[in-house]
Formats: sequence, structure tokens, C-alpha cells
Amino acid sequence: MKLKGRVWKFGNNIDTDVIIPARYLSSTDPKVLGEHCMEPLDPSFPQKVKEGDIIIGGFNFGCGSSREHAPIAILALGIPLVIAKSFARIFYRNAFNKGLALLEADIFDEIEQGEEISVDISTGVIKWGSREVKAKPIPPFMVELINEGGLINHLRKKLEEGNDKI
Amino acid sequence: MGMTITEKILAAHAGKNSVECGEIIEAKLDLCLANDITAPLSLEEFDKVGAKKVFDPERVVFVLDHFTPNKDIPSAENCKKIREFSKRYGISHVYDGGACGIEHALLPEEGLVVPGDVVIGADSHTCTYGALGAFSTGVGSTDLTYGMVTGKNWFKVPESIKFYCSGIWQKWVTGKDLILHIIGLIGVDGALYASMEYDGEAISKLSMDSRFAIANMAIEAGAKNGIFKVDEKTLSYIKDRGKRPFTIFESDSDAHYREVYEVDVGKLDLKVACPSLPSNVKDAKDLSDIRIDQAVIGSCTNGRIEDLAMAADILKNKQVASDVRCIIIPATPKIYLEAMRRGYLETFMKAGCIISPPTCGPCLGGHMGILAKGEKAIATTNRNFVGRMGHPESEVYLSGPAVAAASAIKGFIIHPSEVV
Repeated sequence: MKLKGRVWKFGNNIDTDVIIPARYLSSTDPKVLGEHCMEPLDPSFPQKVKEGDIIIGGFNFGCGSSREHAPIAILALGIPLVIAKSFARIFYRNAFNKGLALLEADIFDEIEQGEEISVDISTGVIKWGSREVKAKPIPPFMVELINEGGLINHLRKKLEEGNDKI
Repeated sequence: MGMTITEKILAAHAGKNSVECGEIIEAKLDLCLANDITAPLSLEEFDKVGAKKVFDPERVVFVLDHFTPNKDIPSAENCKKIREFSKRYGISHVYDGGACGIEHALLPEEGLVVPGDVVIGADSHTCTYGALGAFSTGVGSTDLTYGMVTGKNWFKVPESIKFYCSGIWQKWVTGKDLILHIIGLIGVDGALYASMEYDGEAISKLSMDSRFAIANMAIEAGAKNGIFKVDEKTLSYIKDRGKRPFTIFESDSDAHYREVYEVDVGKLDLKVACPSLPSNVKDAKDLSDIRIDQAVIGSCTNGRIEDLAMAADILKNKQVASDVRCIIIPATPKIYLEAMRRGYLETFMKAGCIISPPTCGPCLGGHMGILAKGEKAIATTNRNFVGRMGHPESEVYLSGPAVAAASAIKGFIIHPSEVV
């Protein structure tokens, strides 16, 4: 899968409380969650961001709570991908389970806010200007899961096949 | 090569003799937990997959503790959905109304988690049960659905980091100060994806309440789990509570650790994590002129009886500063009752505190103690991220109960020796 989009930079340790503050967690509606995405850091972010834009983070992106509302809020804004130096582990699982792609690459310090980048998710190659960087490969087990359409599709298939051993 | 306690528990639940770090395994689950903000998403996924039942209605637990007593119509609707789902699928472990307590204080107290378990919970502080010698970790709602339906989930076997703790505990210093010290030392991603294991004579001396507080904040260092050896204290805690038979696992002496840290707890003084990361840790005595508007004593980290005892000891015959709201949140109904029997509630009320029903409420900026723009709070909770307790320009300082109680009296952050 190939993506092209403008980048929005957020720094190190972007926690799920800033991705989507807990006061909005009474809702499970992606539209509502998207409207408040990154609100504590930049309340106008949901208005400024465009479909296909990409978030770039530093270390430990998605740390804190296990709220799956966080990847849902990001996806609701049409953002298909987050590239960061590293990800917090619960966010990492949640993102793939929800269909938000994540790539680990150390490009935060070299890229300008608003710059356009192109990314080949399957090879992990990230290009901007004259630069090209290869992201850390996605673990084979995660690739398998993605190819099956995520954890829930994997489960649905198993249940339809009547495989109660799962 | 030997194995760590975490590796042994995961191997046993995957039906294997041994596992290696980094290996992906599928493990049987002993318990699946969700709360009133994570269960609704999980139930939506449950409907999507077309599941007809949960794997074992006795091993699925719902605790309606975050936005309860319900703060608004959507949160009330969410709780209603969980109650209806539980009735439909025969789930009896639903903690609601007067039975509700803060999940990670409640489940061990109810004996729902026993040593050697593998537990997943759609709440990041599920790692708390490591205090009982169980493997427990937080997951998202979708992973929880998978667990609820199949009774299994996949895990990458984590590397382990050992914290060997020796020395004599100083007055007022608790497990909270130790874990804040460790997070300050290794950083909020210092244990990313790893297991944090505690050992040493200073750990043997620690109460279960302090061990729960330490395991609880493993996630604040990015860890997958925090875990303790099962000893006499664990067994005496579990004796009259444990609802299931259990197996005790112990790390081998030649187990592999990515790193080993040695901590002399005798050198630890009371700690405060300053805004806006749990790793921004300073000694309470080095902070001055930080005026507070609110003190919160409670949460899944520090809302247990030992915490309330320490706060009551400091607040006895004292008054909360006139411009401070001091909110006390006993974590469970049993802790609430015990605090009442021991006279702590009277002490708190006479000191001018507010006593809240058990709820996660203010810790995550949900309700029952939200901060206005520019306000500051000292809290015995676990996160001090930007806007965590309310307005994005409010600030949270994290501490143990002694510093929080002393600061409530003075109106600024202070070491309890200045008050007592």
C-alpha cells in the first residue's frame, strides 16, 4: 500500500490523554472522537488536518491508557499512518487491531511540519524531498494479522468456519 | 538457561515447557476485565464478530468504576448496555452501584485474581495484579473481545528487568515512592515492552498495599507487566479471598535479565512527580512555593486502607487549608467500611475533606474533581500528563498519601515532617 500526505509533527511521549482526553470517552462514535483529537495540544488540529495526512512522533508515541478511542480518533480524521521513533505497546496493538498503520523510523528531527512525504507501507520506504529512509520492518506476526484483515476479521472467520478450538 | 517468573507463567499457559524472549505465543486466559469506558467498544466488536457466547461467564469481569455514579446521559447509557450484555450472557461478576470499587483494588480484594494467573484487562493499570505473582497486562477493547470470546490471546514474551531492593524503609516512604524513584531513573519508556520484576529483602518487608502500588505503575515506565515473588504476605492475603486453586511460579536463579538495578530503599525520601510526565521526579523536600488548589487521595494506585491510614494519621486534629479541596476516595466498599470503623472518615470530615464514593473520577479528568485553567493538584494517582485532571493548562503533581495529606493542610507541596 502506497500513501502520500502532509506531515503533522508531535514530539516525544504523546500520551493517549492528549490524543483523546478522557472527558470524551463517554462516546464510541468515531466522528465525535475525531473532533477532539489532540485537543490539549492544538484544539484546531481536527479542522486543519486533511484526509491522507500523516502524523510523525518522537519516542513512546501513544503511552498511557489502553483506550482504543485513541487510534479511532486518529483514523476518524482520515489519518492512515503514524510514524514514530517508538510506540507504547498497548497503543501498538490497538492501532493494528483498528487498521491504523504504524511505522517505526527515526525521521522526526529531519522533517519539517507540513512537508509532503510518500510511504510504501509494505516495504517501509519513506521518501521526502531527495531523502529516503527505510522504517523498521513490521513484525511478521503483525503482517500476517494485517493480511487477514485484523484480529476481529481473523476471529469472525474462525467462528464462521465453526472452529471452536481457535 | 533458567526462566523468569513471567516466562514460566506464559509457558504454562501456552502449554509449553519453555519460552524465549521475543517469541510469540498464544496463552490461555484466566480472567478478562473491562470497565465502563472500555467495555462499550468491546461489546460493539463482540456483536460484529457474531459471537454467541463468552468463553466462560465466570471469567469475564465488568467493573463500572470510571464515570460512575454516572456523570452524564452517554455514560449512563454505556453502563446500561453493559448490564444488559451481562444478563444476556450470564456474566455475574458485574460490579455496579454499591458493589462498585476501583477495579484494580477490587479484583484482588474479591479474590478474583490468584498467583500464577494470566489476566488481561481493557485498562492499562491491569498490571497491578503482578503484586500477587500473576502475569497481568492491559490491552485495548478489541484484544479484550478476542479474549472474551476465545479465552486466549497472543503475547510476545517480554524481556525482564530486575529491581533488587535492599535497605530499611524510612518513615512515610512507601511503594509509591519506590516506583516514582524507579520511573525517574529509567524514564517513561525505560521498560518499554519489558517485564519489571521486584526482589530483595526490602520487598519482602513491603505490605501488599505497597506492592499493588508498585505493580500498578509498571505501565508508567512503558512495561508490559510488573511482578513480585509469592511469599508469606501474598499467601496470607490470598488465603481467605482466593476464589480458585493456584500455582506458584518462581524465577530461576540463572534466569536471564536484560538489566538488573540495585536500589537501596534506605536512601529514598518522599518523592513527587512534577508535571507533565511521571518520570519528572523530585524529592518532596526540594519543592517549595508550589501552591495547590486540590489534593486527591485515592485511585487504583493509592486508595487502599494503608494509604488512608497514613493520610488520617497526618490529618488528625488538623485542618485542610481554606483554599484547598481535599478529596478522599476509598477505593472499594470494603476499604470505605474499614476506614469508617477505624474512625478515619470522621478524621477526614473534621479536617474539612470531601469523601467520595469509590470511583476513578478525577484521576483521568472524568468527573468528581476536575481542575480549572491554571489550577494545580497534588494527587496520589498515577498520571500527570497535560490536562489529565481537567483543563489543558491545569497541572498534576503525583505523590504518596503522606505528601498529599501534608500538602492539603499547608496549601502548598510540602514534606510531612513540616506538618506533624
